[in-house]
Amino acid sequence: MATHADDGETTLESALEELRNHYDTDGHGVELIEVAGGWQILTRPEYTEAIERAQLAARPQRLSAAALETLAIIAYRQPIGRAEIEEIRGVGAGAILKSLHERGLIDVTGRGEGLGRPLLYGTTSSFLEQFALRHLEELPRADELAIALRAPRQATPTSVPATKDNGEAPPRAD
Amino acid sequence: MDDVRLTGSSLAVAENAASEVFVVELAEFSGPLDLLLSLIRDEQIDIYDIPIARIAEQFLARISTLKLDEAADYLEMAARLVRIKAQMLLPRREGEDVWEDPRAELVRRLLEYQQVREVVDVLERRSEERRGKFARAYSQQAIQLPVAGPLRISLPELLSAVDRVLRLARKPHVHDVIPRALDVDGAIGIVRALLAIRARAQWKDVLPRNAEPWEVLSVLLALLELAKRGELRLMQPRAFAAFEITRDSSSEAA
Repeated sequence: MATHADDGETTLESALEELRNHYDTDGHGVELIEVAGGWQILTRPEYTEAIERAQLAARPQRLSAAALETLAIIAYRQPIGRAEIEEIRGVGAGAILKSLHERGLIDVTGRGEGLGRPLLYGTTSSFLEQFALRHLEELPRADELAIALRAPRQATPTSVPATKDNGEAPPRAD
Repeated sequence: MDDVRLTGSSLAVAENAASEVFVVELAEFSGPLDLLLSLIRDEQIDIYDIPIARIAEQFLARISTLKLDEAADYLEMAARLVRIKAQMLLPRREGEDVWEDPRAELVRRLLEYQQVREVVDVLERRSEERRGKFARAYSQQAIQLPVAGPLRISLPELLSAVDRVLRLARKPHVHDVIPRALDVDGAIGIVRALLAIRARAQWKDVLPRNAEPWEVLSVLLALLELAKRGELRLMQPRAFAAFEITRDSSSEAA
């Protein structure tokens, strides 16, 4: 958009800034949000209930935990195939992949090199929009995740000393 | 802990766990890793030093009430757990410097899954926030059918309108189908009489002149019946050609 504007990017930015301020300061029911590599004019959360009651719109259904897990895996590992997703989650992924595809949250981005040339999936801009992300980099980095920061209390599992009784000594009595 | 004692105590654990199973709905877990993490958390187990025997028993007890098709994914994990347990019980060879913990792969998977769950939490929060915001888009209006009001015309008006409609409609062509009896026996008599005189005859020979449909049918059925009885032979030289009837004396037994 900036390249088409006569005066270039600075004018676009200042225009957006002006619009955003206008909505914010003049008490409008909408706000300007940057999302998915673009901008959207969205209603403010304080009016959600009113809008729903007036039946002008309805909140979209929440995704199940399994669907979110699958999405999370795809978001971080794209392009990724079904088999790998199933291995990470430990359950079948076919039905969920179909559902996510139908909702426009994922798309087929290519085919794997191996046997059967399996389909590879990636997230879409709709995904970014629905999760209020400006771009994929806004997802927490691996080193930001708590689990990655947690240090093991003992030596790592692969270097258990030989004197331990098969590692079966339970920390608490059972 | 040796093997025998392990079995005894783990049985007790399994029984206790099984009684809890009826309270907990397994549908609330998104998969075997979810269940495992939950067990680890509930038992306050150190994920880096999992007591495999105990966890395996608990896991098995939890899934014991599942129907087979629901349990499929969980069974695979159960099998893995039991395998790891068996591997842990194997005696270690002398002179092996580094012992490879058979739990290592499982721990890696659990940690990875925990990371996925953390991301899911982030996604859930973000999506919850976004759900309540609406963008300008085409919103499908539910079609409101107009509610029919009370009738504003009088009964005579309505009746005359119906009358007009009926008059404009084409009159249905009604045709009564009158069943006419066939006289197959009579026709048989006629054919036999003719064949007594002549050995061969044509179709037109057995038909009365200006035969009505029921007469034609009677003769046809008579011919077929007589042919069946072997009293005559029917032949049709070409398609749609007339029958040729030949007396068949071979079966004319007494």
